[in-house]
Amino acid sequence: MDSKDQDKDSLYLKLIPYFERYGILLLLVIMIIVMHFLQPDVFLSWRNVTNVFKQISWQSMLALGVFMVIVTAGIDLSVGSIMMLSLMILAIVAKAGAPWYIVVITPLIAGFLCGLFNGLGITLLRMPHPFIMTLGTLYIFRGTGNLISGGTPISGFTDEVRYLGHGRIDLTWLGLEKSQYLPVSLVLIAIVYIIFWIFMNKTRTGKWIYAIGGNPNAARASGINVNKILVIVYSLCGFLSGIGALILAGRTDSGYPNAGLQSELDAIAACIIGGASFFGGRGTVLGVFAGVMIMGILRNGLNLMDVSSFWQQVLIGSIIVLAVYVDVLRRDFGTRK
Amino acid sequence: MSSANQLLLEAKNVTKYFGTITALENVNLKIHSGECLGVVGDNGAGKTTLMKVLSGLYKPSAGSLHFEGKEKVLESPRDSQNLGLEMVYQDLALAGNLPIGENIFLGREPTTNLGLLKFLDYKKIKELTEAHLGKLKINVKSADQKVEELSGGQRQAVAIARSTAFNAKVVIMDEPTAALAIKEVGKVLDLINGLKKTGVGVIVISHRMDDIFAVCDRVMALFQGTNFAESELSNTSRDEVIGWIMGKK
Repeated sequence: MDSKDQDKDSLYLKLIPYFERYGILLLLVIMIIVMHFLQPDVFLSWRNVTNVFKQISWQSMLALGVFMVIVTAGIDLSVGSIMMLSLMILAIVAKAGAPWYIVVITPLIAGFLCGLFNGLGITLLRMPHPFIMTLGTLYIFRGTGNLISGGTPISGFTDEVRYLGHGRIDLTWLGLEKSQYLPVSLVLIAIVYIIFWIFMNKTRTGKWIYAIGGNPNAARASGINVNKILVIVYSLCGFLSGIGALILAGRTDSGYPNAGLQSELDAIAACIIGGASFFGGRGTVLGVFAGVMIMGILRNGLNLMDVSSFWQQVLIGSIIVLAVYVDVLRRDFGTRK
Repeated sequence: MSSANQLLLEAKNVTKYFGTITALENVNLKIHSGECLGVVGDNGAGKTTLMKVLSGLYKPSAGSLHFEGKEKVLESPRDSQNLGLEMVYQDLALAGNLPIGENIFLGREPTTNLGLLKFLDYKKIKELTEAHLGKLKINVKSADQKVEELSGGQRQAVAIARSTAFNAKVVIMDEPTAALAIKEVGKVLDLINGLKKTGVGVIVISHRMDDIFAVCDRVMALFQGTNFAESELSNTSRDEVIGWIMGKK
């Protein structure tokens, strides 16, 4: 190899990690610019931007949970059902007249326990693939949610319970208008994503999650208790779905049987668009956030332009395929053959 | 050197059953410091099973393991690692998606603890990795390079570096050159000779007579799960060892 080749090689090697990390953000920025030119008056207005964040608020929690699972080379199909069951339990506890701080904690605990159930099922029952366990619990949790609620909506929560999903942070002290508030759910997304970014990138457990996805045998041979880490991951995924339930309770003021129906697929799509690999070990928290945003902005933008929801489905599907194809191309460049 | 011939690890009458199959029967093995023992045998002779017993991955059905003269029961690979017994697996047991340094310290990362949370000390990982790779004279572009970007020989070097990062006394290598290009084999063999000089006892499982005769001091053959033959390398020949593998003395 002459020196010119080597320079080129090292430039590639230097650029690849940046592209891997920030490529998806580039796509997001391009989308925002395009949308801005298509809808110059509306798209970047305060009202619309906060609206997008409110719409993606609970999906972003599910996506983050599913992301961690996907990093371990697993899958969680039950997050939508976990959220629905947690929401129903919240609604019942709220209707029973429990104080707000109990009501607020209930879905978090319920979600965590559902995730724990998934994790223990996958590891103790030695399921051949998490797909099977979580496909089972997709039905089990939603069925349970319908059983305990009788399959009917339960509405009307107190303001404290609705705060995370519906609350507004007043910004008039900054000289802004009353309508230019900050949704509490936006702040919540930021906090949760920062915490999980730190967890995945800075802690030992986070590193082990990536190691398990990269090579479970290597992780096991290194003395890592792979099953324990998997149980933690699925439990956290359930916990995040519980947070999703709390946000949704605030947004809709109601527990309803169809809550989160098919939202597991949106969550998976957001992870894949955001660059997480189905084979595990690859993907970033920032990427998931970008994936959630891309899906949110796409839906929002298409709604603003009066494009039918059928076309939205076609477009989102196309973006999934395209995003993964870009990832395939990237890997052709990045991996040594 | 007095420590040069110190007995590090001894397996006594190790037997391992898998259901009704006898994988190992009354197998004995000894390894001294600074020595390289070659373990040969046909497929299914029990080499890998024996190594997995030594590394704590399998528990022997009968027999015992003695480390520096004391009997030890290994419950997991972590136990054997704590004793200074390291394994380099045939499939390398590296996570390709992680950088070199994080692979070397995987499972034993230096951390800063904050309550329950253990934060990785990336700076320390990098420093220790660079120092360790330097000590073993392993050349890579950067300790931050992902393992999947490395060649087979470099990966094997990382796997060996990983096994010796925590003052290993015995390193067990399963087919260390099997997956390598010919030009890379020499580097790995040099690495093994380097380890011996530092007083590490090395057990090499290999089919390749060239490897055995390049680095080993002693060779033992397993045949159908039993000790078949053993000799100082200087007292035997390739043809004789090949005969042992096929069960002929």
